[in-house]
Amino acid sequence: MSLHEVQKEKQIKSKMKQFLSFIKKEFLHVFRDSKTMLMLFGLPIAQITLFGFALTNEIKNSRIVVLDQAKDIASQEIVQKFEAGRQFTLDRTLNNPNQIEEAFRSGNLKLAILIPANFYEDLQHLHEAQIQIISDASDPNTANTLTTYASNILMDYQLELMQNAKLPMSIDTDIRMLYNPELKGATNFVPGVIALVLMLVCVLMTSVSIVREKERGTMEILLVSPFHPFLVILSKAVPYFILSLFNLGVIILMSVFLLDMPFNGPVWLLFAESGLFILTCLSVGLLISNSTKSQAAAMLISLMGMLIPTLLLAGFMFPLENMPWPLQLISNVVPAKWFYIIVKSIMVKGLGFAAIWKETLILFVMTILLLLISYKKFNIRLS
Amino acid sequence: MKDVVLSNIHKTYKGRDIPALNDVSFETGEGELFGLIGPDGAGKTSLFRILTTLILPDSGCAKVCGKDVVNDYKEIRKIVGYMPGKFSLYQDLSVEENLNFFATVFNTSLKKNYDLIKDIYIQIEPFKKRRAGQLSGGMKQKLALCCALIHKPKVLFLDEPTTGVDAVSRKEFWGMLKALKEQGISILVSTPYMDEADLCDRIALIQNGKIMSIDTPHSITLNYPDPLYAVQSDQMGKLLHDLRNFREIKSCNAFGDYHHISFVSERKETGNELKDYLLKKDHSNIKLNAVAPGIEDCFIQLMDSE
Repeated sequence: MSLHEVQKEKQIKSKMKQFLSFIKKEFLHVFRDSKTMLMLFGLPIAQITLFGFALTNEIKNSRIVVLDQAKDIASQEIVQKFEAGRQFTLDRTLNNPNQIEEAFRSGNLKLAILIPANFYEDLQHLHEAQIQIISDASDPNTANTLTTYASNILMDYQLELMQNAKLPMSIDTDIRMLYNPELKGATNFVPGVIALVLMLVCVLMTSVSIVREKERGTMEILLVSPFHPFLVILSKAVPYFILSLFNLGVIILMSVFLLDMPFNGPVWLLFAESGLFILTCLSVGLLISNSTKSQAAAMLISLMGMLIPTLLLAGFMFPLENMPWPLQLISNVVPAKWFYIIVKSIMVKGLGFAAIWKETLILFVMTILLLLISYKKFNIRLS
Repeated sequence: MKDVVLSNIHKTYKGRDIPALNDVSFETGEGELFGLIGPDGAGKTSLFRILTTLILPDSGCAKVCGKDVVNDYKEIRKIVGYMPGKFSLYQDLSVEENLNFFATVFNTSLKKNYDLIKDIYIQIEPFKKRRAGQLSGGMKQKLALCCALIHKPKVLFLDEPTTGVDAVSRKEFWGMLKALKEQGISILVSTPYMDEADLCDRIALIQNGKIMSIDTPHSITLNYPDPLYAVQSDQMGKLLHDLRNFREIKSCNAFGDYHHISFVSERKETGNELKDYLLKKDHSNIKLNAVAPGIEDCFIQLMDSE
C-alpha cells in the first residue's frame, strides 16, 4: 500500500468515526427526551388501539333481549346461535311483550327478538313461521347492520333445518366478501395506520430535530467544523430509520395478534417496501427542515402538509374512487397512497413483488427527486 | 503573519435599510488578544459570522490565516474555534458527552489535547456526568470554551463570551484567555462591557456597523481630546440635568457614582463658576475632580462626534 492509500484509508476511518458518534448523539437525544419517546412509541400503540377497538365500523357485542314465547327446540337453537356469534350479547330474556319498550328505554339495547308461541310447530306443519326483530333505529346505520347480521343468523338456521328435512332449498343467497369475509375493519385500517405512523414519525421527527439544531444554535458550531454539513443531516436520518423499522414491527405484531389481521405475503417484502417508504418520508422531512427556521413551523408544515393529505387522500379513510377528479389527481403525489396499496397487496392479498413493482417504482422516483431537491437546497452557511 | 485580515467589508441583511457592517477593515496579529467593543446591535456578531464563514459579506475581502472566507471556507472551518454568543451546546448531553462529541467532530480526542484545556476543564470535571443544561452560567461558558478549544484552533472567535455571566466568573474567564494567548492562540473576542477592553492587547470600537477607532486601550484613552472631570453632589439625578444646562459644558454623562464632564473651553475659572452655579441650584457636598478618561468615555466621545 502506498502512503497515499494509507492516508486515504485513515481519512475514511475518521469520517466513519465522526458519523458514528453523530448517530450515537442522535440516539441520546431521542432516548433522553420523554416527549420524543412518547411520540415514537406511544403513537403507534395509541393509533392501533384507537383504530382497532374504538373507531372501527365493525359492530361487536351489541346487547339484545329475547322474548321467547315458544320455548321449543327451534326457538332455543335460534337463541343459542345469537349467543354464539360475537356480534351479539344476550342481555336477558323477557316474559312479556310489554317489557320490550321498557327494555329499549332503560339502556343501550340494540335489538329485540320476538319468537311467537308455537314457533316450531308452525315451522313443521305450515312450513312457515315468523320471528320479529325490533331494532333501535335512532342510529340507522347500526340498526341496518345489526338487522342484517340477525337475518343472516336466521337464514343460516333455516338452511340447516331444510338440509335435515331433505326438502328442496328455497332460499339461496350467496354473499361472499372477498379478502375480508368477516368484514373485519382491521384489514382496511392497519395498512393505513402503518403509512400514517411512518409518515408522522419520519417526517415530523426528522424535520423537527434538524430545525432544533438551527434554533438552539448548535448548527452554527457544527457548520464551523470540518464535518460536511450534509452528513450532519444524514446522520439524523439513520436513528429515525432504525426506530421506524422497530415501530413497524410493533404495529404488525399488534395487528396480527390482537386484531387478527391477516398476513399473507412475504414478511421481508413488506419490510423492504416499508424501508423505501421510510426513506421517502425522511427525504420529505429533510426538505421541510431545509426551508424552515423554527420547530413550530416545521411541525406545522409536517402536520398540515403531510398528515392531512395522508389521512384524506391515501384512500384508507375515504375511498378515492368517489372523489372529484382534481382530488384524485392530487392524491397521486401523496406517497402514502402508493404505500397503502403496497401494504394492502402484501398483507391482505398476499401478492408478491410482481404485483407492486409499479408502485414501488413511483415511490423510488419520488425519493430520489426529494433527496436531490433537498441536497440542492441545502445551505452550507447560515441562510 | 496577520491572522485575521478584513478589508472594506460591507454587509446589509435582506429587507433592511441600515447596513449591519459598513466598510469595516482591520487586522489582528499572530497571538494577539483582540477585542471588539460595542453595544448590542453594533455589528459584532455579523462580523464574527463572516469570519467564521457562516455568512457571506456583500463586498470586501476577509481572510483568516491567509485563507479567504468565501472560497476557502472548508480550510477555515478546520482551523478556527468558534463560541457563538448564545450558549450552543447540547443541553441534554452531559459535560463529558458534549466534549467527546465535539472532539470527534474535529477529528481529535479529549486525551490528545487535554493539556490545552486542562486548566479550564479541571474546574468543570467534578460535574462531568451532569447534563449541560443543568450547569450554572459560568460553568456553561467554561464548557463551551473547552469545546471550542478541543481541536487546538489557530484562531479563537469568542462572541460575547461574558454576557450574562457574574462578575467573578467574568474575571476568571479573562484570566483563562490570557493563559490561552500565552499558548500561541490568537483570540478575537467581542464584548459590550467597556471595562473589559483594558484586558485586550488591542481593541476596535464598533458602533452602527462602523469601526470608530482601533488601537491599544491605552492609546485610545490617551487620545481623548479634552481634560475630563468627575462631579458628585447629594442629588445626582438633578445634578445631571443642571450640568447639562450649564453654558460651558461640552459633554456630560452619568458614570456610576460620578458624572463625567468636559468643558467647551479650558479656563481656570470655569471650575469655580460651575461650583457657584451648582450651589445656586441648591446642590450640597459638591465634589469636582480631574479624572483620567476610560474606554467608555472615549466610546461616548467618538459616538457623539460621528
